Amino acid sequence: MATIHMDNLCKVYTGGVKAVSNVNLDIADGEMIVLVGPSGCGKSTLLRMVAGLETITDGTLKIGERVVNKLEPAERDIAMVFQNYALYPHMTVFNNLAYGLKNRGFKKAEIDRRVREAATMLEIAQFLDRKPRQLSGGQRQRVAMGRALVREPAAFLFDEPLSNLDAKLRVQMRVEIRQLQRRLRTTSLYVTHDQLEAMTMADRLVVLNGGVIEQVGTPMDLYSRPETTFVAGFIGSPAMNMLPADFMREKVEADGLAHVPSKADLIGIRPEDFSTDQPGEGDLQLSGQLLLLEPAGAESHLHMRFEGFDRNVVVRLGQVPDVAEGQEMTFSIKRSALHPFDLESGQRVA
Amino acid sequence: MQTKRMTFTGSWLPYALLAPQVIITLIFFIWPSFQALRQSVYRQGDAFGIRPDTFVWFDNFRAIFADPLYLNSLKVTAVFAVGTTLLSMSVALLLAVMVNRMIHSRDSYTTFLVWPYAIAPAIAGVLWWFIFNPSIGIMPYMLDMVGYDWNHRRDSNDAMIMVIIASAWRQISYNFLFFLAGLQSIPHSLIEAAAIDGAGRMKRFWTIVFPLLSPITFFLMVINIVYAMFDTFGVIHATTEGGPAQATNILVYKVYRDGFVNLNFGSSAAQSVVLMAIVIVLTVIQFRYIERRVNY
Repeated sequence: MATIHMDNLCKVYTGGVKAVSNVNLDIADGEMIVLVGPSGCGKSTLLRMVAGLETITDGTLKIGERVVNKLEPAERDIAMVFQNYALYPHMTVFNNLAYGLKNRGFKKAEIDRRVREAATMLEIAQFLDRKPRQLSGGQRQRVAMGRALVREPAAFLFDEPLSNLDAKLRVQMRVEIRQLQRRLRTTSLYVTHDQLEAMTMADRLVVLNGGVIEQVGTPMDLYSRPETTFVAGFIGSPAMNMLPADFMREKVEADGLAHVPSKADLIGIRPEDFSTDQPGEGDLQLSGQLLLLEPAGAESHLHMRFEGFDRNVVVRLGQVPDVAEGQEMTFSIKRSALHPFDLESGQRVA
Repeated sequence: MQTKRMTFTGSWLPYALLAPQVIITLIFFIWPSFQALRQSVYRQGDAFGIRPDTFVWFDNFRAIFADPLYLNSLKVTAVFAVGTTLLSMSVALLLAVMVNRMIHSRDSYTTFLVWPYAIAPAIAGVLWWFIFNPSIGIMPYMLDMVGYDWNHRRDSNDAMIMVIIASAWRQISYNFLFFLAGLQSIPHSLIEAAAIDGAGRMKRFWTIVFPLLSPITFFLMVINIVYAMFDTFGVIHATTEGGPAQATNILVYKVYRDGFVNLNFGSSAAQSVVLMAIVIVLTVIQFRYIERRVNY
């Protein structure tokens, strides 16, 4: 159990490529932090810097009260779950779990106890004598988890641990990892590029882009109040619609955008904030032509075209509406659902 | 795996295409092998036909296994093969590990390290013969400075060391390539996981890397033993010619000397049949192993 403290962490590769720039982050004891961002955003590099697998170019990294910048991975008291699991293929599951304990000079009885305990917790006790190649993807994933668990480290580091699993198993393992982390209360740093995985697992989310932190907050904070256009586009699916403010001012009545600062030149609206209900007091109204209807069972995605704006706007409805493609539709939008941004800086205004 | 199958409309073309290889194999391999098999159970007559070849059953084999010179040659071959294999494989593994750790200039080192393989064994032998030449060589000169009197013409241990080095040198390149490929196929995350699991550099090598290389190690071991036993004729011939006092007279070289120098064809043929049996055994071991492929 430990806190993790990152102060101005930087990573510059030889050749001058800046992978991580001035990252400041405090992780509380027992917290589950998810690093999320598109590929190449530096999230894995940051995780590997914490693990000690990448050197730290600049800044200070503390695990607990210790500055660990110069410590070997083994001395940092962390455990890591790799994307490809990195199980030792020539060892049995038991030896895979026991390897780290043996290297640290644990007594045989203690190793045995811990391995069996972890194996029972992860329901892999019956596989202890097997080699990794005799296991399914999900079972290997559990063994990889087990290898981290038996060590009882100060922190868990997860590097996209679910991306090699099929969709169904991924959802199942996601829930299991979350439950396990809640139960053990071990400080965890979890890297993923899947925003749904990020939203559902995190106590707090860290959105990275180009090696820089865009925003830190609880999943709902980031969803309901994205601070940058990047976060707005990255969190939520389908992505938030970005409409030019000039177009909006033309389309809606004069006072409809009164609360939006004049310097805002982009207005973000989430697909789910469009409604076919009768407009209430002060709501905005937009009409357009339905280009394409995508029914998805419990919900449906409507690709709309509004006159004066040359891109599709996606609308999400909780049911499949009884309309034909090509038909005109009118939506109402709550004023509070507008996200005003400054185009140039990409920052939220008000 | 599904592969596209090409079929011929007539039957003469495939036979014609196979013919060159089949003919070469028949003339240069199958026929001489049968000759050797036949010869090994005959006692050679004289060159003038006064006393014809006589069928002697397994007398030739009985004779060679009763011959202390042959038994000595077996022992010499064993020492030579094991020495060459150990030396070439351990040096190759060391080089491969070091090159694998390099980030830049890895490719240039690989290229340089592979070059010796392009050199014919006889040339390699001559090269080392010069280096170790007691009168003009650089090695005896340097060894003399540390007080060692090197002379492979007199000392059988010196001679053995020289032929082992000369034979292993070339094979290092070959082994190096395989070990490097093997090392590169080990996922880096395994090494990282072991580092996090608290294993130091040496421990990681011996508990993770080396066991994962074991299929390659075994394959190379067989290849190198076969090489040392059969392909090193040129090295021996160019350096020691089996001497001094039979100290480097390995089986292949003895077959040649007994047959073509001493003209004892029956004994020479029997010896080559024994060699053939050894090759067959080694090949079987290797194929069986390769079928199982990996041991983890």
